Amino acid sequence: MVNKKKAFQISRDTSATNKNSQLSARKFSVFYGKNEAVKSVTMDITKGAVTAIIGPSGCGKSTFLRAINRMNDLIPLVSVTGELSIEGTNIYSKNIDVIALRQRVGMVFQKPNPFPKSIFDNVAYGPRLQGIRERKAVLDIVEKSLVRAALWDEVKDRLTENALGLSGGQQQRLCVARALAVDPPILLMDEPTSALDPRSSGRIEDLIDELREKITIIIVTHNMQQAARVSDFTSFFYEGNLIEYSSTRRIFTMPSDKRTEDYITGRFG
Amino acid sequence: MNLAGRKLLDKAFTILGMLSSGFLVIAIIILLTPIFMKGIGAFVFRATIEYRKMELDLFERGDREELEKEIKQAESARSPLFEKLKNFKEGISNFPPAEKKRLSESFHDFEMCLRELLGPFPGESVPELPRNKYGATRWDQALIKLKSVLYKEEYDYTNPSKMGQKIMKPRSKEFAGTSLENLFPYLEQNMEKILQPKFVFYRQFLTDASKDAHFFGGIGPEVIGTIYLTLGAIVFAVPMGILTAIYLTEYSRQNWYTSILRTLISTLSGVPSVVFGLFGLAFFINSIHVSQSKSVIAGSLTLALLILPTIVRSSEEAILAVPKTYREAALSLGASPWKMIVSVLLPAALPGILTGIIISMGRAAGETAPIIFTAAVSLGEAPKLLDIFSQPTPALSWNIYNLATEHQKVDQIRHVQYGMVFSLIMIVLSLNCLAIMLRSRFVKKLKG
Repeated sequence: MVNKKKAFQISRDTSATNKNSQLSARKFSVFYGKNEAVKSVTMDITKGAVTAIIGPSGCGKSTFLRAINRMNDLIPLVSVTGELSIEGTNIYSKNIDVIALRQRVGMVFQKPNPFPKSIFDNVAYGPRLQGIRERKAVLDIVEKSLVRAALWDEVKDRLTENALGLSGGQQQRLCVARALAVDPPILLMDEPTSALDPRSSGRIEDLIDELREKITIIIVTHNMQQAARVSDFTSFFYEGNLIEYSSTRRIFTMPSDKRTEDYITGRFG
Repeated sequence: MNLAGRKLLDKAFTILGMLSSGFLVIAIIILLTPIFMKGIGAFVFRATIEYRKMELDLFERGDREELEKEIKQAESARSPLFEKLKNFKEGISNFPPAEKKRLSESFHDFEMCLRELLGPFPGESVPELPRNKYGATRWDQALIKLKSVLYKEEYDYTNPSKMGQKIMKPRSKEFAGTSLENLFPYLEQNMEKILQPKFVFYRQFLTDASKDAHFFGGIGPEVIGTIYLTLGAIVFAVPMGILTAIYLTEYSRQNWYTSILRTLISTLSGVPSVVFGLFGLAFFINSIHVSQSKSVIAGSLTLALLILPTIVRSSEEAILAVPKTYREAALSLGASPWKMIVSVLLPAALPGILTGIIISMGRAAGETAPIIFTAAVSLGEAPKLLDIFSQPTPALSWNIYNLATEHQKVDQIRHVQYGMVFSLIMIVLSLNCLAIMLRSRFVKKLKG
């Protein structure tokens, strides 16, 4: 049964010479019922880079992000047109295995959402789903993921404690570790620091910086400075349309569209 | 409204609230205290020598030598009594015929009462029924029976506009001037010697089978039957209820079909329980023949239907209360919906689901009407585990009702009645306490 579904083979070669497009949208639209939330977006996202999506509330940026690992499927009456492909495979074609897709495209949410389980079980959740049962192997993955998420030193002595006992910032890093534990080539972050204090936000940003080049990160953020600090590329969404998309430096220094400039300088949003 | 007025109104509501909750507490205390006091009387009571005889005969408990010693002591206190009776019987022919007729009638009546107190007299043949083999086994019963020995209950109908007035007429007056006259004070003064009461803790009340229609023994079969029926109901209702709740919350879309389904489930919880009982008889027994006639399995299925709505509702609410973010997190890690439900949703919803289950258990244990037609019998042993598919069973709820309505001499076994009610309440109460404990434990665990 698994064989029938198209498996995701995403190459992991992220050497600087191969910075080609990993994810591409072609006239991609998302509808809530009749309401078009993302309007015919066409963009390519570079492998191994950090791409920020900015825009005012309700501009469709979260919808677009959640379309990449098909989390929108959970909402009734959502439909899409156009094409959204990862390494040439349209993820909305009929024979796609959504579960395999989500294992390759990790996600970190707005609010820290660890399971009410132990810290260990939280991180081990993904690997166990993939059938890794051997204790030693799971332990290795958990340690590696927590180290990558810069949380290991803080929690290594209390892995069996409930994850909800951690602070908000720690919880969010735990969620990053949990997402990293399945080793996804692409990581989506939906306003990952909006519920955190500045100090915890800083640690998440450091984390993003460390993950750069190793995996492709797409981050939705309301915080302009954050986008400027962490991202290589920035796209500006407005009322469902992709207004402008180029390197972060260019967007923040000489935006080509009036609306982008207005938004960045804080004239609306 | 001015400030003083608002304050006054506020105070009035506080007082009203306190009053009504206080009223509730008092009502509960008034309701439960006598049940507890008298219910405990089934376990801890002053047992007479007759009780110890009965225990040795029927249950083979107790020390035979010790008992024989006691019997000797009791007999030495009883022998003057029997002596007097014998003398009176022999001397009765000396009275004039009219007097003789009256006296022999009174004497016969008196003897009957005395037999209930002391058991059959020496030299009489041993009666067939265990209830007639022994005198009063409990001290509290002995005192009641002593009263009927000392006094004759009569009704005064002289005033036709009033109901008959009860008069307690001392029997010593009936036998005034005969050799029996001083028997009554002797009996009254030597009750302790004659019956030798001792405190016992009859813990086997919960496990013993009853002997001779609950005159002696305990309520073991009823307790086991209640456990069978309750667990059976849970076994059927819980998987069905949780699966329905999962379907309603996770898989179904909100459309006319699910809203009708929800309405039907709510309606089901409003159906009177006796209707469930009749339905169980008509459907499980008469239509699909789960058993030839009343059986534990038919009763369990009927009770399962009765508690199903509660379990569906509480599970549904518990599942809906699980934050959406847990679902998203699990799915984003590549869990299939089913895997997400089993590994994240159900564990997080477990406290709520468990509470619903345990409260339903209490309900199933206490329900009477659904099992009248489907599972319950008034007497007999609880079936063996393998016979639950064909055999009916006694059960606490039904036997409480049955004793109250159909037992011939219920006034002699009040302690059994109270013991049953007490046991049932304790079962339900402890289930509810368990629910509270489990809930707080799980909530603590989930909160970290």
